Amino acid sequence: MKIYVLKRVLSLVPILFIVSIMIFMIIHVTPGDPATVMLGDTATTEQVEALRNELGLNIPIYQQYINWITGILHGDLGYSFFMRQSVTMAIISHLGPTVSLAIMAQIMAIIIGIPVGIIAANRKGSLTDQSIMGLSLLGISIPSFLLALLLILLFGVKLQWLPVAGYKALSEGMWVHLKYLILPIIALGSMQVALIARMTRNSMLEVLNMDYIKTARSKGIKERNIVYKHALRNAFLPILTIVGQSFAVLVAGAAVVETVFNIPGIGQLIINSIERRDFAVIQGIVLFVALVYVLINLVVDLLYGVIDPRVRLNHK
Amino acid sequence: MEAVERNAKLVMLKNDLKKEQRNLFVRRFISNKLAVTGLIIISILTFLVTIGPLITSYGPNEMVVDERLEGPSSAHWLGTDNLGRDLFTRIVFGAQLSMGVGLSVAVITSILGIVIGLYASYYRVLDNVLMRICDGLMSLPGILLAIALLAALGPSTKNVIIALSVVYTPNVARVVRSAALVVREETYIEAMKSQGASSLRIIWGHIAPNTLSPLIVQSTFIFANAIIVEAALSFLGAGVPPPDPSLGNILFDGKLVIFTAWWMVLFPGICIILSVLGLNLFGDGLRDILDPHSN
Repeated sequence: MKIYVLKRVLSLVPILFIVSIMIFMIIHVTPGDPATVMLGDTATTEQVEALRNELGLNIPIYQQYINWITGILHGDLGYSFFMRQSVTMAIISHLGPTVSLAIMAQIMAIIIGIPVGIIAANRKGSLTDQSIMGLSLLGISIPSFLLALLLILLFGVKLQWLPVAGYKALSEGMWVHLKYLILPIIALGSMQVALIARMTRNSMLEVLNMDYIKTARSKGIKERNIVYKHALRNAFLPILTIVGQSFAVLVAGAAVVETVFNIPGIGQLIINSIERRDFAVIQGIVLFVALVYVLINLVVDLLYGVIDPRVRLNHK
Repeated sequence: MEAVERNAKLVMLKNDLKKEQRNLFVRRFISNKLAVTGLIIISILTFLVTIGPLITSYGPNEMVVDERLEGPSSAHWLGTDNLGRDLFTRIVFGAQLSMGVGLSVAVITSILGIVIGLYASYYRVLDNVLMRICDGLMSLPGILLAIALLAALGPSTKNVIIALSVVYTPNVARVVRSAALVVREETYIEAMKSQGASSLRIIWGHIAPNTLSPLIVQSTFIFANAIIVEAALSFLGAGVPPPDPSLGNILFDGKLVIFTAWWMVLFPGICIILSVLGLNLFGDGLRDILDPHSN
C-alpha cells in the first residue's frame, strides 16, 4: 500500500508541471502587450513601462516562470493591481460561498443520484427505470445557468416562494443561508445528479450480470443483501470516480451559477477579473481549482486501493 | 486466368460483405428508439434554423424602439427583446451560430484527436509526452479552461472555437488512443509489420478505421457539450460578443428583464435544451449500436 501511495503521489508531479506551464502562458498568449492591455489606451509609455517592470515582464521568460512558480510554492499566487491585495487573500475571501454551494450540490447529487441509479438498475426495463433514465437524460441536457434562469422564472418571479438573487452567510442563521442557496444548489447539482444516477445504473447492471451474483442468487441469498452487499461494493469504483470528478466540475460550475444569482464567490471574482484583464487573479483561480481537482483525484485513487485490494496489488 | 477470376470473386464477396454490414447498421439504427428520436429532433431544428431567415421579415439586429419587450403576437411570434428586436429572428440566427460553433468544434477536435491519438498509440515515446499534456489539460474543468483562454485571447466567435477545441481535443485523443491500442496488438497488424508494410499504411489504412465508431460517438457528445459551454461563455460575457446573437447572449439580455419578459428566457432556453437533448439521444443511441459490449 505504501508503494501504491508513493507512486500515485509521484505521478502528479509531471501533470502539475504541465498545468503550471499552461496557466503561466495565459498572460503571454494575449495578443499585444499585457501591460498595455491592462492599463487601457489612455496610459502613457512611462506608466506601461512601470507596470511591465512591476509584473516582471522585462526579464527572460524562463526566469519569469521560475519566479512565479517559486512564489506559488510558498503560497504566494501574485498581486492584484486592481484589487490592491494579494491574489491568495482575494481567493480566500471569496471562497466561502463557492465551497458552501459546491459541497451542498455534491451532497444533493450523492443522496439522490446513487439510490435512484440503484432503483433503476434493479428494475431494468420497467416504467420506473425508463422514467428515471429519461429524466436523467434531460438533466444532462440542461446547462446549469439555464436551469438557474428557469428556476428563477418559476419560483422567484411566478410563485415568489424564494429570493431570486443574493447571498447570506451561514452566520446569519442556517435557514436564511439555505433559503438563498436552495435555487443555486438545485441549478448546480441537477446535472451531477443525472450523471451519478446514470453511472450508478450502468455500473450496477454490469455487476448484476456477473456469475458470482448468479451464484449468490442460486444459494437463496436475500435480494436486498445481494444488491447492497455483493453488487454495490463492486459497482462502487466507477461511481466513486464520477463523484470525485464532479466536485471539481461543481466548483467550476459554481462560477457560472454564482453570476446568475449574484453570489459573491470565486466565480464572480473570475468574471470580474476577465472584464478588468486582471491576469494574476485569473491565473490564481485556475491554478487553485486545478489543484483541488488533482488532489481530489488523488484521494479517489487512494480510496480505490482501500476499497479494492486488486488495484493496489496490481501496481506493485 | 483462374487467378483473375478468383480475384474478381473475392472482390464481389468483399462488396457483398460491406453491403451486408451497411444493411445491418441501418436496421439496427432504425430499431434504436434513442437514435431515431435524436435524429428527428436534430433534423427538425436544423430545418427550422435553415428556413428561419427566409420566413422572417426582420433582421437579427434590427431595432424597433417603440416595440420593446412585447409578448408573443402575430407580428412577433416569440415577442421582442429589450431593444425592440424580433426574438424569433434572433433565436434563429443565434441557434445557427451556436450550432455552427458546436459543429466546428466537433470537426476540429475529431481531426486533431485522431492524429494525436493514433500517433500516441503507435510510438511509445510520443505517447508519454502527448498523454501527459492531455492529462494536464484534462485536469482543468472544461469551462474554466475556456474562460481562462478567452480572457487571454479576447472574446470573439473564432476564439470561442479555438478555446473549446483546446478543451475537448484531449478527450478525443484519449478515446482514439485506447481504441487504437487494442487494434495495435492484433495479429494481423503484426503480420503486416513482418511483411514490411510502412507505418503510415498500418496507422491510416488499418488502425484508423477501427477507431472510427468510438470517435463518432465521442464527437456527438462534444458537439452537445460545446453548445452548452458556448452558451455559458456568451452568457458570462466571455464568448460571442454582442450585438451578434448567440443563444447565450440572448439569455444574458433575458436575465436583465426576467421580471417582465419571460419569453426572452424561456424560448432560447428551450432551443438549447432541445438541441443538446437531440444530440445526447443520438449519441447514446449510436453508442448502443456501435459498441459490441452493450449487446
